Parts: sequence; structure tokens; C-alpha cells
Amino acid sequence: MRQVNQVKLGEEFIKSRAHREMHDRCLWAARMRRDAVAASIPEWEEMRELASEIKLHTLSNLDFYLEQFTANAEANGIHVHWARNADEHNAIILEIFKSHGVKVVTKGKSMTMDECGMREFMAKHGIEINEADLGERIQQLDNQRPSHIVMPAIHKLRSDVADLFARKLGSDRDIDDPHYLNSVMRADMRKRYCQVDAGMSGVNFGIAETGGIVVCTNEGNADISANLPPLYVATMGLEKLIPRQSDLPLFIRLLSRSALGLDMTQYTSHYHHPRQGQEMHLIILDNGRSERLSSPDYWPVLKCIRCGACMNTCPVFRRTSGISYDAIYMGPIGIVLEPSYDLYKYARLPYSCTHCGSCGDVCPVKVPIPELVFYWRSVVVDHNDELFTHNAEETLAEPILESAGNLAKAEKVGLWALRHIPKSIAESGLNPWAEAHDDPEPPEETFRQYYNRVIKPESDKDTPKEQS
Amino acid sequence: MKVGFFVPCYIDAIHPKAAISTYELLKKLGLDVEFIERGACCALPELDMGFLKHACTLEKGIAPLVVDKGYDYVVVPSGICTDQFRSHFDGVEQTPEVVQFRKTVMDPVEFLHDVLKITELPGKPSFPHRVALHNGCHSLRYLLEARPSELMIKPFDKCADLLRLVDGLEVGYATRRDECCGFGGTYAIWDASCSGQQGRDKVSDYDRNGFKYVTSQDMSCMIHQQTVARKIGLDLKMFYITELLNGDAQP
Ligand code: SF4
Repeated sequence: MRQVNQVKLGEEFIKSRAHREMHDRCLWAARMRRDAVAASIPEWEEMRELASEIKLHTLSNLDFYLEQFTANAEANGIHVHWARNADEHNAIILEIFKSHGVKVVTKGKSMTMDECGMREFMAKHGIEINEADLGERIQQLDNQRPSHIVMPAIHKLRSDVADLFARKLGSDRDIDDPHYLNSVMRADMRKRYCQVDAGMSGVNFGIAETGGIVVCTNEGNADISANLPPLYVATMGLEKLIPRQSDLPLFIRLLSRSALGLDMTQYTSHYHHPRQGQEMHLIILDNGRSERLSSPDYWPVLKCIRCGACMNTCPVFRRTSGISYDAIYMGPIGIVLEPSYDLYKYARLPYSCTHCGSCGDVCPVKVPIPELVFYWRSVVVDHNDELFTHNAEETLAEPILESAGNLAKAEKVGLWALRHIPKSIAESGLNPWAEAHDDPEPPEETFRQYYNRVIKPESDKDTPKEQS
Repeated sequence: MKVGFFVPCYIDAIHPKAAISTYELLKKLGLDVEFIERGACCALPELDMGFLKHACTLEKGIAPLVVDKGYDYVVVPSGICTDQFRSHFDGVEQTPEVVQFRKTVMDPVEFLHDVLKITELPGKPSFPHRVALHNGCHSLRYLLEARPSELMIKPFDKCADLLRLVDGLEVGYATRRDECCGFGGTYAIWDASCSGQQGRDKVSDYDRNGFKYVTSQDMSCMIHQQTVARKIGLDLKMFYITELLNGDAQP
């Protein structure tokens, strides 16, 4: 299988100046709005800490809360299903659709369903799924994955969208006015909404105490999917639970402020039971989550509430776009999540990080992303033999280290590590440093030389001679 | 007060002035400073690439150089290396002495600001210019030497406090004041295209704001930014913070 090379894909995006500058500017603006609204709340840092603790508590007692949630949801008339993995997830939904004769579906944004490749799976079975989120629909029309978990088409220029709509929806290629483009999409989607058989959406929060789910969107894409058709299917990752209804406001306050710098999502919809005459199904998805939960180093990753703030702030993500990660989850959370799905394919991702630490500090639930990056890099090195063709560097370093009687020799090892990215994952032996950098001016003398020339003679003078 | 002075490999090899200025400043402040001659690589590059075994071997070599030597503090003129000792350095047994070392290892900014709490600089250095302050990411977000813009806590900035002691020096910031400059250690080589772009964005930001001088408590950021600036022909001069505090910076 192919290994994803984020560096190379990112370089292509960097080279397209118009795209890079627009992308960086839009996301930095989101980060600035986030800073402004966060600063307006005196208890912001306490909220982050509390949200983190609630998540840790819930994850530590997940078996209890899952049972409580399911019992309550079923009592409310929601059909609850459990899916161990993507295949089970898709099979369950296909079964539901088949038994209801479903042909056309409208769907709100759901990372979890993307994770399962649900849309492609349904297409193979002749079921048409139309995304109701504008950005997600743009990406669907373009046959491309979302490039951001909250803003799926943020890497596209207006002119890219005008071009796409001209090809797919017959609009005027030369008009890239957002109002016009919106109206083109609206006209196309409205027709489709009238004939849907079922609706789907993801879930932001499941409330154990009530058995209800909460979906947050800015366009109402989940609402149209849940409220229009007679059949509604939602998918929830099993880490999405919170214990009580009264815990919810804290997360709602944090979510959209962190994501976009908005006080609240435009639509915060609570579904506690099917509406009259409607059938409602909820799939609870594991797909590797319980395995993550059992890892002592890695389990805090499950706190993530998928706000996207870490992407907006990441200096690498902003310049290379989510497309360059070629993955469902991208940016900081992506580089620590994706290797857990496929270590070989995503072995390079944990290296797409400067360790600036900004992601950990914006994260509303304090996912320790910087630590998890270190964790994954060490896992990648541990699996060097299986993942890569050779590990010459390791064997190269060993003798130097063993013979490092004088530790100063170890600086060679430090500089070695700086010069030698493991060849097995680097592209070429050339010195890539020279592309962006001038050579540093060589110093006249090192500190060690200065020490021997100036400091040492001085201090030898000062120390009284030992008595013989 | 006895201070061990640990000079990281890249400072020694590429920008020894950072170590010389720091050493001299500490001496002028009347401290008993001992250069740890056998110290060199702090093991960060190894850790950074995921070579935990190597990092651990290096740490085992470093431990006897810094513990039980009668040092009250160990000063390391580099934010990233200080952070390596403080926040990682767990490949060796955590004896009380090692724990004590990790608590008392500091970069010059923490040492001057928090331990010595200096209010004036020896020799009354002067640098009557506007200087952009770049708080290196590790010093900023891991050592917390200033308020990271992400955190909604009371503003503070230890570097700025110290720089204001230099006569005539006006502290300023880039518009994106604490965005990463893209060095990231091995990252600059691993992903030269994005690292280079980040560097260009950073130095252009200083240039747009009319800065001619930049300083940081992290020389690795400065080396990266200086060489990127030179590559694209920007007239910017970068200093390690103690070069300014010790009056060694030449305009
Ligand atoms: S890791 Fe934190 S900042 Fe990133 S998407 Fe998840 S909750 Fe948001």
C-alpha cells in the first residue's frame, strides 16, 4: 500500500501562492476570532480544565455511561445498534435502508460516517447520498475528501468553486460571487430534498442521563436531514458521551468559540426521541476506539470533540491544507489519530509538526497533542523494520554512542540526527536545508575554543596551587 | 551560588556568541560559574525523531555531569534544550538528584528573571533601537516564559522585562507575535518546504513592521530566521537575548 507523503503534497499547495495565502489568512482569522471571544470569558481556562476532567471521567467510566445511555435512548424509542468497525456500521445501515426501500438520502456532516467510507459503500449498493453541508457537498461534487473537519472546502478559492459548479451544475463559470454560487447550490439541493427517503447525521454529544443526542451545525444540515424524511439514522463514536444534561452547556460554550470564534453554533439541535411517525436509529461505533482507550499513553486522544481549533492554529496545516494529509482526520489531531488506523500508511504524519505546542493550548478539552506526537514518533521508530526498508541510521548511531567516552563526541550524534532524517522515510539524500536557507556564518571560534583560550587560563591563575 | 554552565552542541558549533555572552554576564553578576566541559548534545534531536533508545543513552551520559556536582543551578543558553531537560529527560532513573537537576536547570531568562530577579544590568548596556522579540515556542509554551497568545491568563513576558533593562531598547513584536517560525529542529530538514515558508512569512512580518533587529531566548529560531532572511535578501539582524543584555550586540 502507498504511504502518504504529507510533505510532498503540502509542497504542491505551498507553491500555489493564491491558495496558500487565502487558506492561511482565513484560518488565522478564525484563530484570531477564537482568541477574542475566549478572552471575553473570564473563566475560559477553568472551562477548558473542567471540560477535560469531565471527558476523562466519562472515558474512565465509559462502560457504565454507555449502558446508561443506551437504556435511556431505547426507552425513548430510539433503535440503538452497535458497530465494532466500519464494515459492521455500513452493513447495519444498509440493512435498515433495504428494509425501508430507501433510494435517496440527505446527510448532515459526520466525520464518523466518513471514517467508515459510508457514502462510497452506499453508492455501490445503488443508494444516493447527498451531503447537505455546503462545504461537504462541494467536496462531494469534486470527488475529494473534506480538507478540514469543520470547513470541508476551505482550501478552495471562489474561482475553484465557480469552475466546479459550472462543470457539475451548469452555472456561469465567470461568476464567482458567493451569493450567486449559493443560489445555484440552493436551487439544485432544494429539488433533491423533496424526494428523500431517509436522513442521516453525525452526533456531537450523547447525553447518558437522558439518552438524547445533540448535533451542532451552522447551516442546519443535520436538521434538514433529521426533520424532513420519515427515517433518521445517526452515527455516534462511542467516545462522544457526556454524563448529564447539565454538563452540556459547558461543551456548547467551548465548541463553536474554539472552532470558529462564534459564541454558539447557529443550530444546536437536541434529538431525544423520534418525532411522531418517524423511525430513528442510532449506530454506536467503536472502530478502534476501545483499543485506544486501553492504551495508557494514548487514551486522552478520545477527549477530542472535533472542533477543528487545532487545525486553524497549526502553522503547518495552514500552509499545506488538509488535502495534503490524505486522510479523514487532518492537522494536529489527524497526525496523532490516523496512525492508529493504519501505522504504515500514516507513518510519516507524526513528523509533520514543528512542536510549537499551539494545538495543545487552543484545544478546548486539553488533548495533549504535542505529547502524543512524541509518542507516535517513537512507535514509528519501534516499528522501523516492518514499516521501512532499512534502518541504517540506528545501526550507524550505536557505535558512536557506545564509544562516547568524551560526551562532547555525542554532539556528533546530535548533529547527525539533525542531518539525517531516517533515510527510509526521507525523500532524497540532498540537503533540503539549502533550498530555503543561506548557510549560517561560521563562527571564528567555538565556545570550547574560547573557553580554552580565555576562561581556562584565567581560572587556573585564580585557583591556588595544591599543596604538595 | 555555584552554577553549572551547559553549552548545547548547536550553540557551540554555530553561534557560540550566545554562550560567551551568557557566561560573561553570569560572571559579571558575581557567580561561581563552572563550564561543564563534557556536556554537549542534550538528546533532543534523538527524542524529536523518535529514537528514544538513543536519547536515553545520551541522557545516561549527561546525568553524572550535572548531578552531585554541587551546582545550585545549571544554566543552558537555549530554550529548547532546557525544555528537553525539564520536561523529558526521563530515560534515566529519576533519583532525587536527577529530579533536583530537572527542577534547577534553567535557561538564562528564567535564571536572571526568576532566581536572581535582576533589576539592573552590569555595565549599563545600551541599544537604542526597536527590537522585535521572538519568544521561541519551547520557551513560550513549554517553559511558559511569557503568556502564549492561546492561553487566557494574565499577560507577562520575562524576556521583555529583561530587555527593558537595556538602555534605549524598545521592545516590539511581529504582527503574528508568537506564531511558530518553522524551525522545529529536525523538522526544518524533514519538511524544508513548509519550514522555509514559515520562516519567510515570519521574517517578512518583521520587515513589514519596520524592524531591523530581532532577538530571542532560543538561538535555534534565530539561526533559522537569520539564514532565511539572508536567502531572500532581507536586512535583518538576529541576536541571542544575552548578547543584548551583556552589551555585546553590535547594530
Ligand atoms: S484535538 Fe482539541 S482542538 Fe483539535 S479538534 Fe479535537 S477538541 Fe478540537
